[in-house]
Amino acid sequence: MKQAPFEATHGEEWRAFERFLDAPAGAPPSFAPEEMPQRYRRLCHHLALAADRQYSPELVDRLNLIALRGHHALYANRRRQSQRVLDFLLVAFPSLVRTEWRVVTAAALLFFGPLGGLIAALQLYPEFVHYLLNPAQIAGFHDMYDPANRRLGMREADTHLAMFGYYIWNNVRIGFQTFAGGLLAGLGTIWYLAANGVILGAVAGYLTQIGFGETFWSFVSGHAALELTAIVISGAAGLRLGLAVIAPGNRSRKAALVAAARPAVRLMYGAALMFAAAAFVEAFWSPLTTVPYAVKIWAGLAGWGMLLAYLALSGRAGAAR
Amino acid sequence: MLDTTRRVATPEGIELTLQLVGPVPRALAWAIDFVLRAMVVIAVAMVAGYFGMAGRGLAFLTMFVVEWLAPAWFEVYWNGQTPGKRALGIAVLNDDGTPVRWGPSLTRNLLRAVDFLPFLYGFGLATMLANRDFKRLGDLAAGTVVVYAPGRARARTLPEAPAEPPPFALSLEEQRVVLDLAERSASLTRERLEELAMLPAPLTGGASGAAAAARLLAMASHLSGRR
Repeated sequence: MKQAPFEATHGEEWRAFERFLDAPAGAPPSFAPEEMPQRYRRLCHHLALAADRQYSPELVDRLNLIALRGHHALYANRRRQSQRVLDFLLVAFPSLVRTEWRVVTAAALLFFGPLGGLIAALQLYPEFVHYLLNPAQIAGFHDMYDPANRRLGMREADTHLAMFGYYIWNNVRIGFQTFAGGLLAGLGTIWYLAANGVILGAVAGYLTQIGFGETFWSFVSGHAALELTAIVISGAAGLRLGLAVIAPGNRSRKAALVAAARPAVRLMYGAALMFAAAAFVEAFWSPLTTVPYAVKIWAGLAGWGMLLAYLALSGRAGAAR
Repeated sequence: MLDTTRRVATPEGIELTLQLVGPVPRALAWAIDFVLRAMVVIAVAMVAGYFGMAGRGLAFLTMFVVEWLAPAWFEVYWNGQTPGKRALGIAVLNDDGTPVRWGPSLTRNLLRAVDFLPFLYGFGLATMLANRDFKRLGDLAAGTVVVYAPGRARARTLPEAPAEPPPFALSLEEQRVVLDLAERSASLTRERLEELAMLPAPLTGGASGAAAAARLLAMASHLSGRR
């Protein structure tokens, strides 16, 4: 068949397909939507024929363009999002954390190791803090948590909402950086985890040692569980990427990276939600000075218990199905 | 051929051709997005200034959303285009040519933090130049490519010439080269056109100079469908 009769025979069909793709949402389509896959396959067939028979580039390009748009329309997967969010929270995310327990444990050691170690070390060797924080920082924390100052952990900004916005912007960014650093063979993640562990450990150890413990722990206990776990999970996601770069196994590095990014970014969804929840607690509950110290501490411990139970148990039945 | 196209085989057994985008249009698109982001943040901060501390919180939230989530939102709901990308006529697609969804889009936008290192997208640029699909690190991990958005087919404008069939059948790629040359002939100097026209000697039968150019233009005329 020559090109001209080919175009004459099928031209109307291609135009109908184009009109279908152009139709704005709500407008009556040029043919019933269920015909679309079949018509798309026929168009693909025409494109293959046109290329194989060496018809003019003009025609091949035009068919390629229609096929590309049809491909997009056909493979744009639109599933209900709302149910998936709940499913993700209750089943998929905690199961994923359990599946990735190796990187989660590694990240937890990298973060809580320096944190716990420094808190303990600074009780015995308080002057060691000067190797970790400069005098201006120490003075800043001194002011912030001085029991004589009633507003806990608050600097000049003393409105809850302002601090909420700030915590979201700052903390989630730290989480994202910890994750992204994994691409540098995991080194960026290790650095962010360890550095944050060192700073937090130094501050907590120092303030406890000089006797500001009650103000400090009363402020941080509420959001510590969510925020610290979120950092660890961000780190785990980053380490997952780093492992794919260092040890891709029997795939190419690129393929290993793409495969690792899928679970890693799902970990990040969860981590980001945890950071947001932590920011909420940190802005609205943690600075309350009217709540007794014991209540704050017990609430914090209960938070840890619920969070660990959630990560360890939630969705087990669903995962077994 | 040294070309910035990527061929994608679909389940229907055909190959679609995607036109990849190089670093410069992508940098321009980024710059446009950056200016828009800055404008949004400044506008919100100015209005929020009247609301004191609560307003400051709102400004921080806006910064967070605009920096991390908005690009991904646009890519998912605007056919793979942020405002800057739309202005440049480029779009993000999955490696297999399908539209991006939240997972890949967030992956590439969060990993921007590494591409940006050590300063002004140094790692991103180095990575883009080191692979044939112009992928930055975020694109590598997310399995996405940035391509010229499939727009309307544009008609070629060829110089008027009498149609003449080529002496032997040309492959699709070869036909394209001849047509491209004819299309560009108006913007080339006569000497350069003749110099180029003399390269495909089998096609022009060894004719030289103006004769070769004229024969190629005639063949382009034939290939474009003028009989």
